[in-house]
Amino acid sequence: MRLRVGRGRRAVAAGILVAIVLVIAAAVTVGVASRPAPYHATNLMIPVVDGPHNNQHVLLDTTFFTPAGTGRVPAILLAHGFGETKNAVRGQAIGLARAGFAVLTWSARGFGRSTGQIALDSPQYEVKDVEQLITWLARQPRVLLDHPGDPRVGIAGASYGGAIALLAAGYDHRIDAVVPAITWNNLATALFPNGAGGPALNGVFKKQWAGLLFTQGSVGFGAVAGGSGSGGSGSGGGSPGAAGGAGSVGAGGPASIVNRVECGRFLPAICAMYRQVATLGHATPQAVGLLNASSPSTVAGRITAPTLLIQGENDSLFGLGQAAATYRQIKRNGTPVDMVWFAGGHDGGNQQTSLTNALAIEWFNRWLKHRPWRPGQSGNANTGQPAFAVTRVLGFDPNSGTQSLGIATAPSFPGLNGTRRTVIGLRGPAQYVVNPPGGAPPSMSVFPGLGSLGTLAGAGTGSPLTFDMPGQSAVFESAPLRAPVQLTGAPTVRIRVTGPPGLTLFAKVYDVDQAGNAVLPYSLAEPLRVAQASSGRVLTVRLPVMDYQFAAGHRIRLVLTTTDFAYASPRPEAVYRVALASRGITIPSDPALVVGGTGLGWWVWVAPLAALAVAALLLLTGRRRAAGPAGPGDTEVPLEIVGLTKRYRDGQLAVDGLDLAVERGQVLGLLGPNGAGKTTTLRALMGLIRPDSGTITIFGRQVSSGSAALSRLGAFVEGPGFLPHLSGRANLELYWQSIGRPAADPHLPEVLAIAGLGTAIDRKVRTYSRGMSQRLAIAQAMLGLPDLLVLDEPLNGLDPPQIREMRDVLIDYAAGGRTVILSSHMLAEVEQTCTHVVVMHSGRRIAAGPVEQIIGDGGALLIGTGRPADAAAVLAGLTGVGEVSVQSDGVLVHPGDVAVPDLVAALVGAGLPVERVAPSRRLEDAFLALIGPDAAGGDAADGGSPGREPAGAAR
Amino acid sequence: MTAATGGSEAASRAGAEGYSARHTLPLKIEFIRQGRRRRTQITFGLLLLLPWILVGAFELSGGPSNPQAPGLVTLATAGGLNFAAFAFFASAGFLLVVAVALFCGDTVATEANWASLRYLLAAPVPRARLLRQKLIVALAYSAVAVTVVPVMALIAGTVAFGWHPLKLPGTGIELAAGAAIGRLVIVLAYVLIIELVVAGLAFVFSVSTDSPLGAVGGAVGVMILSNILDAITALGAWRRVLPTHWQFSWLNVLQSQINWVPMIEGVAVSFCYTVILIALAFRRFRNKDIVS
Repeated sequence: MRLRVGRGRRAVAAGILVAIVLVIAAAVTVGVASRPAPYHATNLMIPVVDGPHNNQHVLLDTTFFTPAGTGRVPAILLAHGFGETKNAVRGQAIGLARAGFAVLTWSARGFGRSTGQIALDSPQYEVKDVEQLITWLARQPRVLLDHPGDPRVGIAGASYGGAIALLAAGYDHRIDAVVPAITWNNLATALFPNGAGGPALNGVFKKQWAGLLFTQGSVGFGAVAGGSGSGGSGSGGGSPGAAGGAGSVGAGGPASIVNRVECGRFLPAICAMYRQVATLGHATPQAVGLLNASSPSTVAGRITAPTLLIQGENDSLFGLGQAAATYRQIKRNGTPVDMVWFAGGHDGGNQQTSLTNALAIEWFNRWLKHRPWRPGQSGNANTGQPAFAVTRVLGFDPNSGTQSLGIATAPSFPGLNGTRRTVIGLRGPAQYVVNPPGGAPPSMSVFPGLGSLGTLAGAGTGSPLTFDMPGQSAVFESAPLRAPVQLTGAPTVRIRVTGPPGLTLFAKVYDVDQAGNAVLPYSLAEPLRVAQASSGRVLTVRLPVMDYQFAAGHRIRLVLTTTDFAYASPRPEAVYRVALASRGITIPSDPALVVGGTGLGWWVWVAPLAALAVAALLLLTGRRRAAGPAGPGDTEVPLEIVGLTKRYRDGQLAVDGLDLAVERGQVLGLLGPNGAGKTTTLRALMGLIRPDSGTITIFGRQVSSGSAALSRLGAFVEGPGFLPHLSGRANLELYWQSIGRPAADPHLPEVLAIAGLGTAIDRKVRTYSRGMSQRLAIAQAMLGLPDLLVLDEPLNGLDPPQIREMRDVLIDYAAGGRTVILSSHMLAEVEQTCTHVVVMHSGRRIAAGPVEQIIGDGGALLIGTGRPADAAAVLAGLTGVGEVSVQSDGVLVHPGDVAVPDLVAALVGAGLPVERVAPSRRLEDAFLALIGPDAAGGDAADGGSPGREPAGAAR
Repeated sequence: MTAATGGSEAASRAGAEGYSARHTLPLKIEFIRQGRRRRTQITFGLLLLLPWILVGAFELSGGPSNPQAPGLVTLATAGGLNFAAFAFFASAGFLLVVAVALFCGDTVATEANWASLRYLLAAPVPRARLLRQKLIVALAYSAVAVTVVPVMALIAGTVAFGWHPLKLPGTGIELAAGAAIGRLVIVLAYVLIIELVVAGLAFVFSVSTDSPLGAVGGAVGVMILSNILDAITALGAWRRVLPTHWQFSWLNVLQSQINWVPMIEGVAVSFCYTVILIALAFRRFRNKDIVS
């Protein structure tokens, strides 16, 4: 019992121990892994010369980050957003330095402590600055060089910094990789968009955004570029520097007070351009020319550095369309270019900073460390990686309490027209809409600069601030969608408009749910402007670019409204006529773009196979073969045990080389003191434990666990084992049905009679007394009347009448040709019940043979008398009487040929009192003699035992 | 070897007349043996009662406190389908783990505790067969336990909150009954697969000890530990090897677009644990000395 409990607890304890070790190991791993790699940062002012005539001296405020170590590593130029300084990208720079790059951050001219004026990423100014920073990098001892003067260098940045990254890569081919984020392709079309096509000159002025940006540049409004809040870009960084710099502007030229206040640190030409367009409300050729010069679109065709374009879905300033244009232009060169649309942008949302930073590091690792790209290299960027990744809002994660975002990927970027186009029918009559005088009050799509406040409900779910002024809007709506409609790219629709010259409309695509709630995805509106539509004009309108899914049952609503808060619109009052010119709206999508389509790790397939292999290994190894030869022996011998040895795991040698055999018709008693190995022997012959050596054969078949031969054995060992919640009868019935025997033939009535439980048989076993369950267990062992019945202490707990009854049952049972083995401490009962006896001690057999043989020949009688000496004398005088010995309370006599009544008559005749005549407890005596200290252990006891091998034992 | 060729009927057969190992411990019998147990009946009673308790709680409290938050909890009262999804969410983390651990951890350990195990083995029910039959029945009861909760929740939720389309949290999307039930069936299948780890673990403990409480408690304890480790986000990618890391991946089914990746990964992890644990259980039991 102690052993058993100990092992169970040990298993559980071992499991807990393993778990604790795992926790500690995990903690240590985390501790080691999260210990940040060291880096070194140096602040220094780097002088550069720029300007159209290369005569403007500017000091750039820089920080140079180097990773630990002394070797040469690739370098990264990290540019900041508009209104920020180098401090805004410090975190990202440290991350790159820890990833093994030398990183140079700088405040662009006109920002922070850098001198000079803002020239809007002009090739004459900012681009020249970057070229000189690259040259500076090439002189640094830690920077890896491709050629003398040509460092291995990548460039990254967001918004203003993204544009300088692209422009620099276009002008300076020493740049080896580019990661521009949320930036423009063409600043003119970004600030003067026109969804009806046509040049920026005919575009609609994005007045709110333009104003915000200009204000930032002039008075240090604070950061917007790079996102709000979660972008990790400190908005406070820009203010003190910008303010400090503002004072120094005056030294640069003869600026008036007005200029200094109005233009701040802007280059006067830029300032003048802004004033002009802001006043006019539309573009001028000069403005378009100036903005074009600051646009990557002019140089993208020359970019040969692998480029990762990261653009925000939540961006009404530089929309996804801008990045798509850059992609197309770079791709045309055969330069590797990937596209990522993430959940953030200038309008806020989840900026996914860790994702975009990680993507940048991965890109630089790939192209600066592992396989630098050289123009003209074959195999156009076939990296096996998805070239197009889109963050999608999938729903809500109750675990984290946030939106759950998924990354959809596709092998390639299909462009804004997708690879599949679906036309969703729209309905609505021709409508007249009013342009209010002065363009007020305006409808609202987005509040620029409000950041995530403007999209309270999260990316892709629209802003609560969105509304359309009544009377200003033409509405066309689809029927409820029968299936979800995925939109990836720019939807298009053909409309017919009639109105005065300069007719301006703002096109929006709403998602309307079953309850009629309309959501403007990403708060996007696309302006369109038509120079001449007085006699009606059919336009193909490019609608806002997005990745969005319209759910089944929802409707798609197209709204064309005359005003929008974020844009300039014509001031004169006018009425336009708007009608559909096509059956519906064309929705592009890319079926290859699926969430998790390529995200499955290799381990998903490998691990299960490995697990199967481990499982197979577990099952196929460690099989302990049964000792000894197999094959049928003497099928007439119910049980034969040869050389049985068993040592338990705790080292206890329970059975040691036991030999034993039993014949049909025998009732074999297994005797021995506690710990003699009786129970172990019975367990082994039931197949419950595996012997270390030796064989057990039942009817000639060697027995191990589960051997079919065991089915000829009925056993009651170590107490009953029942299902306590069932009745005795149900237990017996279910047991019979469990043991693979035909349903008939359990001999249930006979067996129940033996149990003798009466009506208690239908009570639950848990209510039974010990004796009752014992009898039930013996009955269970007898179910089906097995050929070999093994009973372990069957008489314990029975009362005297039951003992007597059981004795008769067992004798009868064996008389039918069956065999009974019973172990017992009740030696008198064994003597009366058994035909044969095996005595065990310390795991060995020390005697075996017929009962009479163990006791000695003939049954001795104990004759109780008050005068034993006299009685002995009388008995010794009788002829034929065997050995006579005097005991304390009588005489012990072997009657020999003399009948018991004659003995008694002789004693009575001699005048001696005879109190009782009883069989002598000779077995007890023999037993005690056998296991006594002299005989205990040692081969001498076995050899000297009076027994012999049971008759007929097959050898 | 005197009678080896005696030609008696006994010589030609190894076992008793009519004995066939393939007919030992039939599934039906094992179902009855386990099904008549009070613990089985009480467990199912509680599982069936749980949705009604939840309904009562919502009725008492007057519904979710913040209808603006787009979680499963706040949508619980949106209809029977939503309530069934919520019932999954409420019970998958612990209750179903305990139920599965109970059925699979108790099955062999209790027989050892009752000592009935040795009589089955001596009958003989071959050990591998005994384990197989017990595992099948325990898994079947576990599966029914995992299934009845959402089914009863669907009934209770429909009675209490009506039959409405399934609102997907955080999206504003509503799924009609057919599509919604399809999604819930996917959730159910996934939860069943994930709970296999618990089953395997409990089964290993069950063959290792004769204390049913130890086996069930051990399995639940390891799952709790796995949960705690999973909460340590600093573990990063290491958490992916934790079985409980994947236990709520089925939430992906209730989103606008089903992201199969975490679910496939969860199934893969669950499969690995399950086959190894079950193989381990068979290996341990195969060579074990039954001394209880």
